Amino acid sequence: MRAEARLPVRKTYKLFIGGAFPRSESGRSYVVTSVNGDFLANAALGSRKDVREAVVAARKAFPGWSGATAYNRGQILYRVAEMLEGRRDQFVAAAAVDAAIDRWVWYAGWADKLAQVHGNANPVAGPYFNLSAPEPTGVVGIVAPPDSALLGLVSVLAPAIVSGNTAVVLAAEERPLPAITLAEVLATSDLPGGVVNLITGRVAETAPWLAGHLDVNALDLTGVADPDLAVTLERDAAENLKRVRRPAEVPVDWNAEPGIDRMVAYLETKTVWHPKGV
Amino acid sequence: MRFQYAPAPESSSIVDIRSSYGLFIGGEFVDAKDGELFKTINPASEDVLAEVTAAGASDVDTAVAAARDAYEHRWRDLPGRDRAKYLYRIARLIQERSRELAVLESIDNGKPIRESRDVDLPLVAAHFFYYAGWADKLSYAGFGPEPRPLGVAAQVIPWNFPLLMLAWKIAPALAAGNTVVLKPAETTPLTALHFAEICRQADLPPGVVNIVTGAGETGRLLVEHPGVDKVAFTGSTEVGRAIARAVAGTRKRLTLELGGKAANIVFDDAPVDQAVEGIVNGIFFNQGHVCCAGSRLLVQESVAEEVLDALKRRMATLRVGDPLDKNTDVGAINSAAQLARIRELSDAGTAEGAERWSAPCVVPDKGFWFVPTIFTGVSQAHRIAREEIFGPVLSVLTFRTPAEAVEKANNTPYGLSAGVWSEKGSRILAIADKLRAGVVWANTFNKFDPTSPFGGYKESGYGREGGRHGLEAYLAR
Repeated sequence: MRAEARLPVRKTYKLFIGGAFPRSESGRSYVVTSVNGDFLANAALGSRKDVREAVVAARKAFPGWSGATAYNRGQILYRVAEMLEGRRDQFVAAAAVDAAIDRWVWYAGWADKLAQVHGNANPVAGPYFNLSAPEPTGVVGIVAPPDSALLGLVSVLAPAIVSGNTAVVLAAEERPLPAITLAEVLATSDLPGGVVNLITGRVAETAPWLAGHLDVNALDLTGVADPDLAVTLERDAAENLKRVRRPAEVPVDWNAEPGIDRMVAYLETKTVWHPKGV
Repeated sequence: MRFQYAPAPESSSIVDIRSSYGLFIGGEFVDAKDGELFKTINPASEDVLAEVTAAGASDVDTAVAAARDAYEHRWRDLPGRDRAKYLYRIARLIQERSRELAVLESIDNGKPIRESRDVDLPLVAAHFFYYAGWADKLSYAGFGPEPRPLGVAAQVIPWNFPLLMLAWKIAPALAAGNTVVLKPAETTPLTALHFAEICRQADLPPGVVNIVTGAGETGRLLVEHPGVDKVAFTGSTEVGRAIARAVAGTRKRLTLELGGKAANIVFDDAPVDQAVEGIVNGIFFNQGHVCCAGSRLLVQESVAEEVLDALKRRMATLRVGDPLDKNTDVGAINSAAQLARIRELSDAGTAEGAERWSAPCVVPDKGFWFVPTIFTGVSQAHRIAREEIFGPVLSVLTFRTPAEAVEKANNTPYGLSAGVWSEKGSRILAIADKLRAGVVWANTFNKFDPTSPFGGYKESGYGREGGRHGLEAYLAR
């Protein structure tokens, strides 16, 4: 007698907020299909309130994450690479997942070098110690790029959090599943809850709440495909003078070495003076 | 005994103020095409100093076109070493003419000659000297192997440090290979117009620096001009917000240096006399017309009485009056409008229940004056603890623990600067780490240097001016 083929256990794809995986408070979901149009999953259709919860979680996580040592943050980002390596079979695009793993490793190494590359000892004309050092700006809102659901996401997320920022990410609308699987990796990588929060759903619906939120310090519009929406979001972001990264002028080659722009975009420079004397 | 001071006025004959000024476009002073004239006055006497042109739309067009032409044909491709030499020339010319410019600054702005002479002008020259040296070393600045200029920079500056803010804007822009159209503040246009003469004396290629005078409308026309690649603004957070909205959807790069409500934190182990000097310098320097002014004094409860007594004694010795008198500590408020704002907020302080104390002194009959004032019993909810007064008014709050001090210091939408006073090094470093502000002065205050980056967190704006970091605002990778 032939053993029956085992019926697989499917995964429920949910949001990732404060280290937990809740459904949308709105109770809504939307159908995610493969490129062939086959049913893949019902993803959570995030709402305004989900965005707000995510911002609260990100703000709560900020003191701890920004106060962690750079060595510690670097090890945790490296741990993300290790965990992603272990789950690479869960992703469809093998080349993209390999590149995404390598990107985590690349950014992990930046954690304790950024201050040396972007900071400065300043030779002021007087008897003063004067040092400029980068600090994270706070909570960064990120609209993830739709053209590269995993590598693109990692390439916008890692540079924001490596320096101590916390993030609220709006996942690529049509391809949210790699983002949620990445969230499961993050949740098992010693990354403190709330450092990364992930909302799936309609970007046009949720992004304005992120752009207008007064407890968000920076906004990455890389993934906003609609130019009119991008302008509206940038305008909304001016209310509390968020640091805004506009959508790229030309399509981004996510496989290219990123450079430090994206890290620097979410850094503040603090300069401390102290007199010298005996 | 108390010494009596005889008047010791600096002569104003060193500066030749013309009766009217045009716009400086393409290396020439030109009359406006569609602008009107307005008057700039001496805030210490309310006398009219000169008539100045308010540039209109077609004037701004002409200025931006001149800057574009200079960018493409005379500046962008000039070797860095030659851009450097022009900037060194400008630095030297400023040093040569520094007394004249200091006197002019004090006359137009109202700040004491002691400050314009000893702080503003030396820093202006130093700023040009510093950035001159960068012009041929940009590939070493850490912004990529071949950083490129952005193009035409629209720069709008405030009235509190007219020539110094001009230097902060123009020096890095030119060093990086950009050309500029700069609009000085409506109430303090004169030193910028005299700087235009310095550009001519330096033989700076025409159109590299253009100066358009005017009020808010001229500024709006300039920053919204489609021919501009970069906008740099220093001024109020309210206007900064409007500019951030206006550039949304463009490719213009933007840096903003906006308001502040800095906490100056005095711990119980601070040296009281030094701290008091720092508090006075923090809030009464430049009449408190300083975005990074230490306008909230947070003093540890156990030493509050001692510090406040010493502060009041010190404030009683401040001399308020003629900006050109070398003994003057606090000069004139820059304008009637600013004086009205300071009065409104001070009245709100009284109305909301804070206790007001002003230094005993007599001010001149004419001109705009506000006596150095402190408010005690201020709560965090009071308007005088939350809003930028931009005048010689200090709000005093107390705290018990370091954690409470940090909490109160950061409890503001601003994040430009902060001060810490303590003899304990580990405490200073720990507190400095926790303060969300771009500049932290420990056991000092209101110190500036061209090598030292300056700029804010949160709603105090973004980008840095000064130092290696200051180049970033004017370079594309």
